[in-house]
Amino acid sequence: MFRIDFNKLRFLICDDNPHMRRILRTLLHSFGAREVYEAEDGATALEMYSHYVPDIVIADWAMPIFDGLELAQMIRQPESKGNPYAPIIMLTGHSEKRRVTVARDAGVTEFLAKPISAKGLYQRILNVVASPRPFIKTKTYFGPDRRRNTSSAYMGPERRVGEKHEVLQQPSLLDKARSSI
Amino acid sequence: MAKNSAKDIEVTAFATHQIITQPNPLRKVLRRVEEKDMDDPIGRAEQALADLSGEFKGWMTTEVNRLSAAYVAIRHEGFSKDRRDELFHATHDIKGDAATFGYPAAAGVAESLCRVIEHAPDLEKVPAELFTHHINAILAIVHENTKLDSISVSAELSRRLRKVADDYLAQVNRDRPEHLEVILAPSIVPAE
Repeated sequence: MFRIDFNKLRFLICDDNPHMRRILRTLLHSFGAREVYEAEDGATALEMYSHYVPDIVIADWAMPIFDGLELAQMIRQPESKGNPYAPIIMLTGHSEKRRVTVARDAGVTEFLAKPISAKGLYQRILNVVASPRPFIKTKTYFGPDRRRNTSSAYMGPERRVGEKHEVLQQPSLLDKARSSI
Repeated sequence: MAKNSAKDIEVTAFATHQIITQPNPLRKVLRRVEEKDMDDPIGRAEQALADLSGEFKGWMTTEVNRLSAAYVAIRHEGFSKDRRDELFHATHDIKGDAATFGYPAAAGVAESLCRVIEHAPDLEKVPAELFTHHINAILAIVHENTKLDSISVSAELSRRLRKVADDYLAQVNRDRPEHLEVILAPSIVPAE
């Protein structure tokens, strides 16, 4: 069995709602985290991301100036001087399947639907710490491998070609979002 | 700790994409422990949330006051992008936070109102009662939540408002299949 040494991890929380930031900070400190930085909008979050170089970003979707989705896209710039690989956990009240797909396509690593729970948050953090996925770079995407299922029958336009690796079997982001509570 | 150096990053190129692998930069924070290890970080966090719960009523009151103010502004001055966004964000925050704060029925009503704001083709044409019934329901649920006999009433109120809102949205979006598909799609959040 594995445990996470939270006191060695640096977190950045991005949420415009002060109550939700307090909840997240309480949960992370209870897990054992010491370094938890907070931003109330996407622009401040991006600045803090460059300055503090967090290990894990927890971002709300809906935020002023630019939202969590845009923040993810700005972090996932392969040529940036910062770290484009940091795990991003998208925390959101949006609960439709299409939102999960959009978040995935922005380079989000994990999706956690509100209402938030200690267990759901811990599991997402454990996932990104213990089971990081390879990154994929295409003309239109840079981020964690979005494939979580093997479908040899799929021949659509989004299929990658020239493949030699088998796909890692993992539950889909949508299934994980459904089991977040 | 968060970033590997460039020499650790391995890039495999294919015709349409690259696969980028690197040693797990966070592996050092993983620690193997005995199965009988008694540390319970999740339990500790749940207890910390419980300790915080005395503040939830006040936080929820702040959230519903913000929602009321957002709608009052619309009643007085009509919809603008900023006023619509403030109404949506206030509602959306309640949708996301209320269950954590102990008001799951209020979260359900807020979700229903979010759908109206997101999917009604013209907010000016939405009957005012649809907004006021949702907002008054959220206010009532938050103010009456301490009464045990009101819990089932709150849940029933939430269900009925959702039905009314969904019927309205299905009607006004009958010629907009992309919205209808989203409206009818199941939520990814498990039911209570």
